[in-house]
Amino acid sequence: MDKKTDVSIMTWILVAFCVINIFFLVTGKLGFDAKGLGIITAVALTLAMYSFLYKDNPVFKIAENLFVGVAMGYWIIITWFNILKPDVFEQLIVPFFKDTGNAPQYIVIIPTLLGIFMLLRFSDKLSWLSRWSFAFVVGLGAGITIPNFIHAFILKQLTFDSLIAGSLPDSINNFLILLGVVSVLIYFFFSLEHKGVIGGVSRIGVWFLMIAFGASFGFTVMARMSLLIGRIQFLIRDWLGIIQ
Amino acid sequence: MERLLKIDRRIIFVFVAAAVTIPLLIKFDLPVIATKEVRGIYDKIDSLSEGSHVLIAFDYDPASKEELQPMAVALLHHCFKNNIKVIGMTLNPGGTGLADSAITEVGKEYGRKYKEDYVFLGYKTGVELVMINMGENIYSAFPKDFKGNTTTDMPALKDVQSLQDFDFVVDLASGSSIEAWIAFGKEKYNFDLGAGCTAVIGPDMYPFLQSKQIEGLMSGLKGAAEYETLINRKSSAVAGMSPQSVVHVLVVFFVIFGNTLYFMTRRKK
Repeated sequence: MDKKTDVSIMTWILVAFCVINIFFLVTGKLGFDAKGLGIITAVALTLAMYSFLYKDNPVFKIAENLFVGVAMGYWIIITWFNILKPDVFEQLIVPFFKDTGNAPQYIVIIPTLLGIFMLLRFSDKLSWLSRWSFAFVVGLGAGITIPNFIHAFILKQLTFDSLIAGSLPDSINNFLILLGVVSVLIYFFFSLEHKGVIGGVSRIGVWFLMIAFGASFGFTVMARMSLLIGRIQFLIRDWLGIIQ
Repeated sequence: MERLLKIDRRIIFVFVAAAVTIPLLIKFDLPVIATKEVRGIYDKIDSLSEGSHVLIAFDYDPASKEELQPMAVALLHHCFKNNIKVIGMTLNPGGTGLADSAITEVGKEYGRKYKEDYVFLGYKTGVELVMINMGENIYSAFPKDFKGNTTTDMPALKDVQSLQDFDFVVDLASGSSIEAWIAFGKEKYNFDLGAGCTAVIGPDMYPFLQSKQIEGLMSGLKGAAEYETLINRKSSAVAGMSPQSVVHVLVVFFVIFGNTLYFMTRRKK
């Protein structure tokens, strides 16, 4: 479709949107308050985001950029009030300049400096300081993560009760898990040629992988459709008031 | 046949939109049967005595609201109905508003009092470090709640010193926080853990059920609908199940249709 048609479609949608909202505001279906105006804004942004399904357009771009900006602003405010203000400002800076009855927590200087060093990545001259922060994060992360992950995700997963469980379906399930793990591991074992028994078992592994991918795809479809259902529920319940 | 294979994707979008909207307008109920995984969380909360402490981690943001908020609301209804003390927190800065509104609204519905029956601790950065800190001393991790009140003398947190003192912990996650709760929380400090997650990460969580590292699992909108059924309070998640089923049938039809056409054209060539 040409640009002229696209503009006329956009204009008609915008006119219809305005007419519906004016009607709702005049009839009192939507209040001229924070809630009513909030619903109208949310509807406008929802429709703007879904307009991408027709084709990429400026309305979608505006909504997309607005989302990124608002989300970032929200994160900054939450981080200030939940972390920087109580843990740094009130612990170190305020007691330093004012008698609050508490001594300044000088230990806070170390993580604060490491945090500031991270931001120095943007400076050509001082970016080397950010390596100290990254070294600290990588070292601490590895030290904490490796033993805990080995314990929780390998050793615990290796704990094997019994093939014969309480009920027949559970026993079959346990057997399938064992077969799946062994066959998939053999499929990814490349030191032996996949021929004969090894080839047969690795083929079973391929089937397990395909079933796993299918299950993941099914769950992904369900997740994406849930988001659409939620938005349509919002449009026809909270905005149009068609359903309760 | 070639034309059908090159069908405009917008036609498929229209079909999907219709498959979601029409069942919502016509409203027909399909049975929602609770699975063993969801029942694990329900039974655990149901077995707790009055005054027990449940920690709910709202580790999601508005992008996953449609799947996880119904779960959170259903869990809160169950806890408040059973007179259980609820302690909320989040490891996702975007989750603060959703968590605060859910916990406050449901608490109000049951006449529960903030600071006495429930508290929202707010957000802390650091994920695994926060968990380890909470495992040692919860007041060191959260000296103040989301509203700026001191936590040490809060009645809702009476008898709670660390993660071990919680009778049950539930993580509602849109990311990888469930794995972190298992590795740095449950396995380190030994407490009962339940999980709710988006459907996308649902399959990755099943191994933890098998190894009994989590007591139960709610996965996606379906998990939330099952929990709503168990507590006899059918709401938005149950309402979303009929369009979900219709649209799944449509997707299966499109997969079969597309593959049939593909193989037919390939044979022709």
